[in-house]
Order: sequence, then C-alpha cells, then structure tokens
Amino acid sequence: MSDVQSGAPAPTQDAEDTVWVQEVSFIDSVPRWIAMSFVFFVFVGTWQMVTYFEMVSPIILPTPWETLLDMIFVGKNLLSGGYMLVSLWITIQEVILGFALAIFIGFSLGILVGETAFGEKAVMPYLVAIDTMPKVAFAPLFVAWLGFGIESKVALAAFIATFPIVVGTAAGLHAADENARMLFKTMGATRLQTLFKMKLPTGLPQIFTGLKIGAVGVMAGAITGEFLGGGKGFGELIRVAASQLNTPRVFSLILYLSLVGLVVYLLVMFAQRKIVFWHEERVGAHD
Amino acid sequence: MNTVAVENSGSPLGEPVYQLSNVSKTYARNLVVALESVDLTLTKGSFTSVIGSSGCGKSTLLKIMAGLIPPSSGRVTLQGEPVKGTRRDIGMMFQQATLFPWKTAVENIVLPIEIRDGKAAATKALDKAHELLEIVGLKGFENVYPNELSGGMAQRASICRMLITEPAVLLLDEPFSALDELSRDMMNMELQRICREQDATAFLVTHSIQEAVILSDEIVVMKPRPGRVAEIVKVDLPRPRTLDMMTTPKFGEIVDYIRGLLDKGEGM
Repeated sequence: MSDVQSGAPAPTQDAEDTVWVQEVSFIDSVPRWIAMSFVFFVFVGTWQMVTYFEMVSPIILPTPWETLLDMIFVGKNLLSGGYMLVSLWITIQEVILGFALAIFIGFSLGILVGETAFGEKAVMPYLVAIDTMPKVAFAPLFVAWLGFGIESKVALAAFIATFPIVVGTAAGLHAADENARMLFKTMGATRLQTLFKMKLPTGLPQIFTGLKIGAVGVMAGAITGEFLGGGKGFGELIRVAASQLNTPRVFSLILYLSLVGLVVYLLVMFAQRKIVFWHEERVGAHD
Repeated sequence: MNTVAVENSGSPLGEPVYQLSNVSKTYARNLVVALESVDLTLTKGSFTSVIGSSGCGKSTLLKIMAGLIPPSSGRVTLQGEPVKGTRRDIGMMFQQATLFPWKTAVENIVLPIEIRDGKAAATKALDKAHELLEIVGLKGFENVYPNELSGGMAQRASICRMLITEPAVLLLDEPFSALDELSRDMMNMELQRICREQDATAFLVTHSIQEAVILSDEIVVMKPRPGRVAEIVKVDLPRPRTLDMMTTPKFGEIVDYIRGLLDKGEGM
C-alpha cells in the first residue's frame, strides 16, 4: 500500500505496476474435509493416549479400538436382522410417529398463536410457561397414562419437539413485511388467501428452523422415554449395557443412534432445500 | 384557492377519474388530525405527485385513495363510484418491489388475478403478463425468480403486476427511492413512457422535488400539523420529458418555487 503512495506524486512512464500479494489466511486455503479429519484425529488420538496410559479406568472409558470392534459387532447384528435391529426399529418408529405428531400439533398451534389475536393473547402465555418447564420430568406421567409401550415414548418425543415448531411457525407468520401485507390487501385477498399464499410461504425458513430443532428434540425425547419407561427400544439396550458396565457397547450404540438422528435432521434439511429453494442457508446457522 | 388551481390545470381533454372533496382524517387513537379537508382531482392520463415533509399526511392520503383506510369525512370517488375498500381498478406500487421469491417473475405478475379470480384466470392472463414484461424491457426474464433480478428489474416486474388488472389509477408510493440515482432516473423515464403508452392516470408520493417535477403535470405540495394541501403547482414543461430538461432554467425555477413552499412549512 505504501508503495502506491510513494509512487503517486510523480508518475513516470515506466512506473512499476502496483501489484502486491494479498495475504490469505491459512485456514481459508484448507479444504473442509481435511480440517474436519484433523479434528477427528486429534480427538481419537487424545482418546487413545488417555486409555493407553490408563489415566482413566478401562471400565469408564474403553479404548478406541475396543469401541470400533464393538461397533462392528453391533453393525453385524443390525445388518443380519438381529435383536438390535428389532430394538432400533422400535426407536425409529417412536421417532417417526413422535415427529409426525409434533409437526401436526406444532403447526396447528403455531397458526393459532401466530395468526389469531386470541391465540397470541390467550394461548401463547401458556405455551411459553409449559416450554420453560423441564419436559423430561413429564416422562413418568406419560408412562402412567400410556403404559410401557411405544405410546408413552411417542408422547414424550412429540411433547419435546412440538414447542420449537410452534415458535418457528408463529415467528414465520410474523415474518411478512408491511408492504407484502398491504399489497395483499390492495389485491382484495381474503384472510385465508393471505395466510396460505403469502404469510406461510414467507415464514417457511423460520418454520424449517423450528422443524430442525424439533428433529433433534424428538430423538432425545424417544430415548429419554425409553430410559425412564422401559420397553424394548434402543434406549433400553443402552441402559442394559450401561448397567453391565459394558462401556464399549454403550459408545457404539450411541454412535448408531446418532446416525438415526442425523438422518432425520438431513431429511428435514433436504426438504428445506427443495421447498424453500429461494432461501440460502449457511452451514450450521439456524436461520 | 386550491380549487382554482385544479380547475385550470391538467390536460385539457382529460375527464376526472379520481376525485376527493373535503377529505379529512382524524385518527381516533390519539386525535391527531392527519389530513384536513383535502380537495383533489386526477384527470384521465394525468400524472400527479404529492410532496411534503414527514407527517404531512401524504401516506394517509395514499392509504385512503387505495381504499385501505376510510376517511373521517369527505367524499372519495373513483370513476364515479365511492371508494369503500380496495378495488381492482386501483393499482399500487411500493418502495420495495415486494415480489414473492417462491414465484417466478411472470407468476408474480399474475398474482393479483390469481387472488381475485383464481388459478384458471391467472393462467389465462399469462399471455398478457408476457406482453407487459416485454413493454418494461424484461423479455426473456419471464421464468426467472426474483432473487436473480436486480433492484431496478424487480421494480419493473412490480410495475407489470400493478398494470395486469388494468387499473384506472396507479398509486405509486416512492417506487424508486430504494434504487441508486442512475437507475432511478432511468426508471422514472421508463415510468413516464409506460404511463403514456397505457394512457394511465398516476399518483406519485415522493420525497424528491426533482423527481416530482420531471414526471408530473401537477404537484400537490403538502404541509404538516395538520396535514393539508398548501398549493397545487402546475408543471408546464413539454412532454415527453427528458432528463436533459433537468438542467433547464425553467425546471430550476419550478424546483426552487416548490422548495420555497416546503421551507415555509418548516417554520412551524
């Protein structure tokens, strides 16, 4: 930069080009997958060190190798249709049903709260109050009401996932700006037309944000329900393995479970890409 | 005084399209007089601008004319019929293009038809939407989504959306004030051309004296507290107007005169 200024007062015919190298930060030049692998190896390396030098009891923390072997064992069981697959399928059913229920209730309540003055005035305060409660604490109630089958787990999963969807939908309905509302008024649109042709599509990015938070919550709800209410799901397998101090099994079960959670999340994200094609979203950002 | 100015201005052949007489608006909420006995006549094919500092009631006036809010007193008639609510013969345009990103340009343009007459009618109106896009110079952008349009292009599309229902009057709420100055001048000339081609009656709210003068046959200068018409200034520059006219002494004279009127209001 200073070169430019010193050259400026007396520009000559054969003055040098003002070419200079702009510094690029190192991380910008590294591909994402390499950066991600780096973090992975640091993590596993630390893990390996900790277990190798027996800084922690092997009962508490298995070695990465043991965990990998157990993951292969569990993977084989899942692929061969063993008892673990049956359990996983139960949990998947709970997640799907819970999420569907949460979407239905969340969407309906969201429209009630976001679109009607009554909902906003009279219903919203109750929703906020319930939302601040520790929802997991309701698990024993759901078990008492619905029994030890998948119903109580579906209920807890839906209960947890509903609120972010309500909030997302209500926020989405308020996203339309004054001009858009005025425009629809000047076009003589009815309330339903305004809702379905303008407010809901405008709010889709926020609605999907709610759905994504809900997708994470639904998994937590199903597993918590299984921990606290028994049954035959994946959460029960984790609980049993933990009670037997089989920590490698706990780890590998959690990893497979997180794959299911990831798939649900990715499905929502995929739907968002397809439906809200006009709204670009940064990775990791929630809106 | 105002009425005199109205009667001997405007294009000689134009018949009245939009008439306001003795229109007042008091907001019940805080008893603020937003508008006090406004008389205004828009003649067929004329271009009228309203200018004034904030709080002079020009947005209230526009909302009343759009049928979005009722006046507290006075008569508002468009094509001989009282304006009681929004109507399809009123077209409106805002500062933001307000195109909906999930619809293509052409789908956005037929939206007013879709809302009023349903999907089938909207499909039938597609041909007309294509014609309008050609008029505003957006041929080839029919199936493009608004994200891919520049600010000026988006406003062109929103002009088409306003025109698709063939409104009797166009209400323009600072339509190009969000654009940069170069695009804005260009869009103003486009607007003039389109209005002449369609023989449209236009009513523009603006903050720019230059913009008002270059476009208008008449300029309604308003003053605040209470919002009222200070004077209706006739602009007798020849048509079609060109951007070169902005450097003529006559143009400067009118601009100065209006600025003087607005400054007088400042003192209050």
